[in-house]
Amino acid sequence: MKKKKLFKRKLANHIFRIFSLLAVLLASAAMLVIVSHVIRAGCKALSPGFFLNPSKPYGVPDSGIANALLGSMMITLGAALLATPPAICAGIYLAEFRDHPKVTAVLRFSANVMMGMPSVLVGLFVYILMVVPAGHFSGLAASVALAIIMFPVVMRTTEDMLGMVPYALREASLAIGMTRTRTTLKIICRSARKGLITGILLALARVSGETAPLLFTALFADSWPGDYLSGPTPNMPVLITEYSTNSPFAAMHQAGWGAALVITVLVLALNIGTRILFREKRHAP
Amino acid sequence: MKKSAIDHSFKWFCFFCAGLIGLLMLGFFIQLLLNSRQVWEVFGWRFLISREWNPVAEKFGALPSIAGTLSSTAIALSIAVPLALAAAIFLVNAAPLIREVLGHAIDLLAAIPSVIYGMWGLFVLVPLMQDKIQPFLADTLKIQRVPFIGKFLAEDYYNGFGILTGGLILAIMILPYICAILRDVLQMTPPMLREAAYGVGCTRLEAGKDIVIPYGIRGILGGVFIGLGRALGETMAVLFVIGNMMEMPQNAFSGSTTIAATIANSFPEADGLQRSALFALGLILLVMSLLIQILAQWYLRSATANRGE
Repeated sequence: MKKKKLFKRKLANHIFRIFSLLAVLLASAAMLVIVSHVIRAGCKALSPGFFLNPSKPYGVPDSGIANALLGSMMITLGAALLATPPAICAGIYLAEFRDHPKVTAVLRFSANVMMGMPSVLVGLFVYILMVVPAGHFSGLAASVALAIIMFPVVMRTTEDMLGMVPYALREASLAIGMTRTRTTLKIICRSARKGLITGILLALARVSGETAPLLFTALFADSWPGDYLSGPTPNMPVLITEYSTNSPFAAMHQAGWGAALVITVLVLALNIGTRILFREKRHAP
Repeated sequence: MKKSAIDHSFKWFCFFCAGLIGLLMLGFFIQLLLNSRQVWEVFGWRFLISREWNPVAEKFGALPSIAGTLSSTAIALSIAVPLALAAAIFLVNAAPLIREVLGHAIDLLAAIPSVIYGMWGLFVLVPLMQDKIQPFLADTLKIQRVPFIGKFLAEDYYNGFGILTGGLILAIMILPYICAILRDVLQMTPPMLREAAYGVGCTRLEAGKDIVIPYGIRGILGGVFIGLGRALGETMAVLFVIGNMMEMPQNAFSGSTTIAATIANSFPEADGLQRSALFALGLILLVMSLLIQILAQWYLRSATANRGE
């Protein structure tokens, strides 16, 4: 009787271990299938001209993605410039000024909730806020939308990173007569700078593939992104969407896969590069 | 004197920046509420339960979108959560090298833009569903003949698009995300507890089921809710494969739509009452995702509070 029970327990255990191994394999296999398909289908589109020419309507030769690539960079960099300074200051407030713990808790909670905000709603929000009053789509509006998505992420990372700075550093700095402001900016932020840069770059990688907000703000154009401030701005995610859903032509689909490959490689490279270059030594006590 | 003035203004500046986040959240609410006012005036609460979406007759109801959102999310979660939990338990128990490599891989996969998943779904998964999976389910297994629940599972007509495909894409997309959170939560179980369980003769399954999961249950729920929020609000991955039909879904094979997909799909050509209806849908999505995020944060916070941090 007892022996049978042990057998059953061991059997259940083995079944469970096989199931969890399968789960890991299945998850990684699904990802490998997707990534390898993007690579295989995308490689066919790649050529020097693909990176150098702007996108053109179907049928026009020498079409590329150069304008969308440039536009995406402008939009994402714009978002980073808009979001980073206030987000870091907001993080400093959460981490350094603790005289109203309740207010801090509410703000931290809001930031956590905002991190889960559906990006399509951010698109709607900025559409009403900027596109309707201005009367035109613009790359700047797209930057603002992405900045809104980045803001809570950078804010929370900043708080976490500043929280890891040893307290003795603050005390030492204040003790030699530095002001609170100088202590925070010159001592604490500087000693946490690796973490801060990591947080900003990872947030940047995350928003650079965001599509839904751009449909409402940047839209798309077959031109160079000279109209960043005042007109539709070409960008990679909307180019992929347009080419794969609104076009029946195989050539467009192929270009879409090429663009998908480029943006996947860029996002992954930014992720891996950040993690390797700015790796924190977590083993230190 | 001067010194403290600088400090004072720096602090206020930081407070202002932090306050922006609260203002933003309020702004979302107020703006969606203001812009959807017209629909609430015309249809009232019936907007939530009306099944009709007819821009020509100016009749709008949210129920098809809500039903599509909830059912595709339910399919996604019921696939992703068991897999993510099993994978997370495997990762926590695995050898350090495997844990490191797979852990980084999962973090990276969570970073792939959702439009890529959508595109893959459209060009690879939809044909696969149409040619292999749906014929197998409907013609070989005949799951639509299962008594009582069969007619909600499948039908004889299929074209690859639909709720099931959308749910599958969402599941693939949120799996690494949930798995990463669950792994972090499970890693917080004190090793002493697990070792004690092994010490009294528990198998790995029993240690996981009776010690690790109960210890981290709040964190696990928090992680699941975060995945749920992500699946609810996801636009691009679903938009490509769900079929975009403004009708009540009949079963898992029917073409449908989600709130986010409806907004992204119909907004460009909408005006007047329809635009207002889309804002009302946005407001519903906002309320849903806020509630889920609040639950998630509450669970995750009480998970850390448990350990007295």
